[in-house]
Amino acid sequence: MTTASTTITIQNRLGMHARPAMLFAEVAGKYTAEITVGHAEADPVDAKSIMQLMMLAATQGTDLVITADGEDANEAIDDLTTLVRDCFNE
Amino acid sequence: MKLMDIVVKDAIIPELQSTNRDGAIAELVDSLVAANCVTEDQRDDFVKAIIRRENKGSTGFGHGVAVPHVKHIDITTMHIAVGNSPDGIDFKSLDGDHVYSIILLLSPEDQPENHLDAMEAIFSSLSQDTFRRFLRQAKSPEDVLTLLCETDNAVR
Repeated sequence: MTTASTTITIQNRLGMHARPAMLFAEVAGKYTAEITVGHAEADPVDAKSIMQLMMLAATQGTDLVITADGEDANEAIDDLTTLVRDCFNE
Repeated sequence: MKLMDIVVKDAIIPELQSTNRDGAIAELVDSLVAANCVTEDQRDDFVKAIIRRENKGSTGFGHGVAVPHVKHIDITTMHIAVGNSPDGIDFKSLDGDHVYSIILLLSPEDQPENHLDAMEAIFSSLSQDTFRRFLRQAKSPEDVLTLLCETDNAVR
């Protein structure tokens, strides 16, 4: 079992609103690893659930902590990091 | 943020007449016009913008609920309208199920933080099975307001 974790800052002006949350959940859903995401003011939530991601209220400048647990944990973290770094392709 | 601060009391429709997505969206925006939160002139623009947003990706995130929304330069105050559809509406939901409760949100374009706070309040409620069930069963605006009040006061 592999565990991987990273911290990445949300850079797009609108933060993680509905469309980014959808993309994030979609990418996370491609992996078998259990993935959670949280930040200083929010408990970690299931990265594969759009509803839970929306509960993060992750604004621009928020440091997201993404943690993955499972065989493909490293790949999942890489993929999700790229998505956030690329501002959710906005 | 509390839902009661942004839900418009006169824009709660326990039984939507429309049986399709775009009709339901228009009906909810009309209720905001009737409640003097949206002007007649703005009505068409907002309806179109919400539908355009919906066409980019459904806000029917599953479990029978949808949260159509728009950020618009002509919106100065955040407003929520709530509607129930007893027979369900095809919202092209992610899980393929019909939508029975709709929470429609209008947000000012220049306040992304407030928009995310409102979404947080909405989804903290909608992610609970009991909230969704009680919302769907609400038969009057008062039922909905009571439910929202209880949710706002619950420790999250």
